[in-house]
Amino acid sequence: MLKFDNCLIENGAFQLKADFQIMPLSSVAIIGPSGSGKSTLLEALAGFRSLSRGALLWKDRDLTSLHPGKRPIAMLFQDGNLFPHLTVFQNVALGMQANKRLTNEEVSQVEMALVRVGLADMGLRKPAELSGGQRSRVALARVLVQRRELLLLDEPFAALGPALKAEMLDLVADLAKETDTTVLMVSHDPNDARRIASQTVLVAEGVAHQPQATAELLDNPPAVLRDYLGGA
Amino acid sequence: MAWRTKPLSPYPGIGAAVLVAAFILGTLVAVGWQADGSKGFAASDWVALRFTLKQATFSALISVFLAIPVARALARRRFWGRRILIALLGAPFILPVIVAIFGLLQVFGRSGWISDILGVFGLPPIRIYGLHGVVLAHVFFNLPLATRLILQGWQEIPAERFRLAAQLGLSGRVMFRQIEWPMLQRVAPGVLAVIFAICLTSFAVALTLGGGPRATTVELAIYQAFTYDFDLGRAALLSAIQLGLTVTAAVIALKLSNQAGFGAGMDKPVQRWDSVSPIRDFFWICLATGFLLLPLSSVVFSGLVGLFELPSLVFRAAGVSILVAGASTCILLVLALPMAAAIGAGTKGLVEIAGILGLAASPLVLGTGLFILVRPYVNPSDLALLVTALVNAVMALPFALRILTPAARDVIVSHGRLAQSLNMSGRVFFVRIMLARMRPQIGFAAGLAAALSMGDLGVISLFADAQTATLPLQIYRLMGAYKMDAAAGAALLLLCLSMGAFWLLDRGGRRHAEV
Repeated sequence: MLKFDNCLIENGAFQLKADFQIMPLSSVAIIGPSGSGKSTLLEALAGFRSLSRGALLWKDRDLTSLHPGKRPIAMLFQDGNLFPHLTVFQNVALGMQANKRLTNEEVSQVEMALVRVGLADMGLRKPAELSGGQRSRVALARVLVQRRELLLLDEPFAALGPALKAEMLDLVADLAKETDTTVLMVSHDPNDARRIASQTVLVAEGVAHQPQATAELLDNPPAVLRDYLGGA
Repeated sequence: MAWRTKPLSPYPGIGAAVLVAAFILGTLVAVGWQADGSKGFAASDWVALRFTLKQATFSALISVFLAIPVARALARRRFWGRRILIALLGAPFILPVIVAIFGLLQVFGRSGWISDILGVFGLPPIRIYGLHGVVLAHVFFNLPLATRLILQGWQEIPAERFRLAAQLGLSGRVMFRQIEWPMLQRVAPGVLAVIFAICLTSFAVALTLGGGPRATTVELAIYQAFTYDFDLGRAALLSAIQLGLTVTAAVIALKLSNQAGFGAGMDKPVQRWDSVSPIRDFFWICLATGFLLLPLSSVVFSGLVGLFELPSLVFRAAGVSILVAGASTCILLVLALPMAAAIGAGTKGLVEIAGILGLAASPLVLGTGLFILVRPYVNPSDLALLVTALVNAVMALPFALRILTPAARDVIVSHGRLAQSLNMSGRVFFVRIMLARMRPQIGFAAGLAAALSMGDLGVISLFADAQTATLPLQIYRLMGAYKMDAAAGAALLLLCLSMGAFWLLDRGGRRHAEV
């Protein structure tokens, strides 16, 4: 169980309260008007922002004061998910082991991850030589070898076209199922939420609400969400 | 909770800053300790102080006044070679002073080209030694700098203003008063202050073109107190005066210049709709180009002859210079990179202050302090090369930080979070990510440091004995002995080494660098 226990996140005058739980192995979308604090919520969970109050618990373990790298969390950001001067293989290898040389066993795991995301022969390329979709696949291969129990997506596919984005989301869903990973993803597109997230957290007016069933929430949106979604 | 935003520890940078501060402040304390005020100011000290202020004032005023029409011409004309010319304006920064002086002597000297032409008309040759010579050389070095800084002011005027002025049908004169004059009022004082501060500490120019009781700068007086009288107390007292001067000037310059950049985005000419006759602009551009290129090409021409009969002394000195420049560049990078990383990660204060301390101390003041510090323990001339490399590195530090810090900040902003979420250690982040991403800036900073050190004729002259010489010092000695052919060849060699070192390092940094 992932628990936001009476959390308060402050950023200047901005405040966000979060007090809810997420079941392991679920896929949860986080939606809400822009500026409502969706990314702030993920940043706090990943450890890039400190809590002013409350605690973060994963399977009864307190994460609140852990370094971002020590949390059971892998995260993909809006941009800058790859180091442009490193090869595909090196980028993925950093997820395996950022500070030491890889053992032979680890090298083959990196290669397997590349095969799994469909980039078997691309290991020696640099990110600049890849398409947007391929770059996303490299980042996902790295998530695979990181073997963290939670995966946070802060709209990493926002720059991709609709078809490619759907493809990536499906890949995320497949990988999460194969590796027993709990997924939290920020999205501004309700279709993304419907596509892979059974539950959705609505963030609005300074509060991150209890997760609800995605279809129900989107079919009968409360007023704030209705304003955001428009006539749809 | 410092780790929440920082992928690497600021402590190595703070450590480097403490070292730099201790080095500079330590030598200054030594100077203050030794300063012998008992005899008070000698009359000659007052003369030196007055001459220092006078030449710096003239140099700054003339550089800026000439730079204004040149910058204006460059701002509004498009012509073939404009970009090369603007790039060339950056060259004097890394040009060895002794090489430029050699070139200036070839053109403006007693038996130089201009005197030859004057002779044809029965006119007497130019006298270059003394105030004129010092100011001439300073204008040679600083006119390009002033032009770049003022040109930047012109480029920063929004294009809409000129468009609006054209639409309102403003005449050239009104336009100048309404748009360009306010810009100059804002930019010029800073440029004046920067050049004034630079000219206060210039040593090699005064050493070669000044001299004599009436054309001695404080910096030169320190050298003379050392070498002629070996009066350390007086050298230290003069150093204290010089320190007061440079600190005041540096503070004023920093305040007024408001971080005037070193020339980004100057390729685009300002589009204007008023039709000014191009003749005047053409004149100014030719004048500035000629003033820059004639001395340089004279070094190349006269050097080519001498290059093939250089005495072996020169080659030994060149080897020494390469060694010193290499060491100085390494020292610089070891200090500057952690400092840039620390500032980039948000540590301000001490690290930033240590970074600009170098602007306040002049090389000869640092040299005097170091001399006093090491003399009880070792023969200072044994340390001549090490001290030269160190002082050069400290002098290049403010420039290097200015180049490296923005890049370091960028790397931390764009890759810091990913590195942290991968649990990457600060050391690995520094080596694998930061150094790799900053290669172009590191190459540029290293190139500047190497070229500056290669051409430096300053502290080495305090420490070196007759057997030791860097290439610039060797050229100075050859000129002093009137071995002009050898000096010409050696000057060309030094020019090639300095520019070559800069080019190699700068290129090396940019090669295969992914954007």
